[in-house]
Amino acid sequence: MPHVLVVYTDDEPGVLTRVASLFRRRGFNIHSLTVGPTERPRQSRMTIVVDAEEATVRLAVEHLRKQVNVLEVQQLGDRPKVVRDLALIRVAAGLDVRSEILQLAQVFRANVVDIAGDSLAIECAGGPDKIDALVDALRPYGILELGRTGAVAMARGPRASPERPAAAPLPASNQAMSV
Amino acid sequence: MTQSGSYTGAQLIWECLTREGVTTVFGYPGGAILPAYDAMVGFDIRHVLVRHEQSAVHMADGYARASGRVGVVVATSGPGATNLVTGLATAMMDSTPLVAITGQVGSGVLGTDAFQEVDITGITLPVTKHNYLVTRAADIVPALREAFAVAKSGRPGPVLVDITKDAQQGRAELDWEAAEPIRHLRHLPPPLDPAALARALELIRSAKRPLILAGHGIQLSGARTEVLTLAERADIPFALTLLGLGAVPATHPLSLGMMGMHGESWVNKAIQEADLLLALGMRFDDRVTGKLKEYAPHAKKIHIDIDASELGKNVPVDVAIAGDLRSTLQALLPGVPVADRSAWLGTIREWRGDSAVRDIKNLPDDGHLYAAHVMHDLWRLTDGQAVVATDVGQHQMWEAQYYHHDAERSLITSGGAGTMGFALPAGIGAKIARPEAEVWVVAGDGGFQMTFAELMTAVQEGVKVNIAIINNGFLGMVRQWQALFYEGRYAATPILSPDFVKLAGAFGIHGQCVDTRAALAEAVAAARAEPGTALIEFRVEQEDSVYPMVPAGAALHEMIRRPAASAIAETGSDPV
Repeated sequence: MPHVLVVYTDDEPGVLTRVASLFRRRGFNIHSLTVGPTERPRQSRMTIVVDAEEATVRLAVEHLRKQVNVLEVQQLGDRPKVVRDLALIRVAAGLDVRSEILQLAQVFRANVVDIAGDSLAIECAGGPDKIDALVDALRPYGILELGRTGAVAMARGPRASPERPAAAPLPASNQAMSV
Repeated sequence: MTQSGSYTGAQLIWECLTREGVTTVFGYPGGAILPAYDAMVGFDIRHVLVRHEQSAVHMADGYARASGRVGVVVATSGPGATNLVTGLATAMMDSTPLVAITGQVGSGVLGTDAFQEVDITGITLPVTKHNYLVTRAADIVPALREAFAVAKSGRPGPVLVDITKDAQQGRAELDWEAAEPIRHLRHLPPPLDPAALARALELIRSAKRPLILAGHGIQLSGARTEVLTLAERADIPFALTLLGLGAVPATHPLSLGMMGMHGESWVNKAIQEADLLLALGMRFDDRVTGKLKEYAPHAKKIHIDIDASELGKNVPVDVAIAGDLRSTLQALLPGVPVADRSAWLGTIREWRGDSAVRDIKNLPDDGHLYAAHVMHDLWRLTDGQAVVATDVGQHQMWEAQYYHHDAERSLITSGGAGTMGFALPAGIGAKIARPEAEVWVVAGDGGFQMTFAELMTAVQEGVKVNIAIINNGFLGMVRQWQALFYEGRYAATPILSPDFVKLAGAFGIHGQCVDTRAALAEAVAAARAEPGTALIEFRVEQEDSVYPMVPAGAALHEMIRRPAASAIAETGSDPV
């Protein structure tokens, strides 16, 4: 069953490697992992969707919490949450089916972002289920290219977790280790 | 980048180590770490020159385990750094606080496959608690200070700091206060949960057959007094993990001995029959539990460990408490009532009596020398007061069974990683940490040949350790598995050794060879009297096996007992 984790880290070289290495080493199956900046300087926020049993996810959370450059780990679990994914889909669209595809896109509130001679590129944001449904609907026309960001998630309601500490000054402020 | 300041990066390294209280480092110089070595001369720090970088880590590990201080290693880039990996993994598995400092090629050529460049932070990522790549002199002190804090705090472990050559050569100011580490504070255990404590107390009060599983965490947390108070007040016997040996005294009336794969039969039986296990600073390693599905089937389990990721990892528990063991027990103890569990203790005593066929001391001398005899006699002759560093394999288990450790930090052995070649360098490190202690290195003929070049380190550094090589001509533990589980096909386990007495002579140390039990005491006395390092080769029975044994994957109660016909008796009535 997929579990959604939100992980705040120091924004420094090697953090993504550490997290990915931890999941690989312990055999935790990552469904998706996204990372980006936050409302705070020098902090990154990851959304990790893990496909595992509850007990395994709890261990993954404890392992994450041990990392020196991890500030906070939220396990969203059953809490009400917003989960969003962005997909770019290039679909074969000859003139005969182009209007059908445009209608489909409209139903899904997806946007056409590029038009080529025999294909359309569609952008769709939403919950993973919605995107799965759009992809299924487009599949009969021929999907030529598909890219998805993976989920970004946030709990609904007031910020539930205590204030996380401010990012620390970086002990090693080099850029040589790539994330 | 122009850099200015009162100190070079190289000076800052030693300045920082000095302020962290470091008096000894173990290392090996090389190109990328040369600026640091050049600056070392002005500081009051002893540098122990090893013969191989892996041994430097084992020495620092032995030093740290014997003393409780942080062990420090220095090595150069490339192969110097990769040679650290086995030692770091060993320290990681056994929670030893270490700081390893490696030189790295200049930041300008990082990533270009420069001479002696390896990505050591990448390589050591899974075998360190944390690591750093430092490319500016100004970052050295913050990185090193945090490295020490991380190594020591929580569950201890090794930390590596990789410092480029130009960072060592660059200049910076020393701002000690500004470099105060704070990030490790994020990871301290949460406050104790009163509800969990209350549930634990209820389980302790209602248990009829409780058992304490005493682990390494007792020593790391300094919780010996609290564990003994708990055991004595509530009348609960304790079984020990390999790394727990010495954490509480072996000769204590409530001490049962070692548990697990080569634990005594009454200990494993007590675990399987217990109705409550109090796991204190241990992690239910597979060598301890055997088959998980049939592990302690009647027992409720309370698990206290500082590492929350260990709780529920292998064994589901009824009460899990993530916290420092000492302070957790201090919070628990006021609620623990005095109890009398003599019925349970009596039952265990009966099992123990059943195992006590004969006292090993009274075994007839049939002309053979048994490793178990060597360990037992060594224990007796040293009054059980020695610090013993063991290698990995049969002799390690015999030592654990027959050398009864009363004192904390008196057994230094590679438990989790099972690293052969550990004993000699770790023993040297232990002796350097505690010069007043009598240190014995106990190693097999296989493991000793992995790192015996460090004999020269002992000589050069004027370190006295006593070495007992248990020579059975085989990689004995592997041979035992081949005998038991591979139909006796001894693939690649017979191993030749050099003439160890002549080898000792080549290193300029005292060497003896013993092949009868009668000659043992005199040889041990001679080794102890020797001012420098002394080596005794014990030529023991070749195809002897360690019993009891729980085969891998079997349940604890399915152990192979000592064969009745064996000359090696069970040790139940040992006057421990």
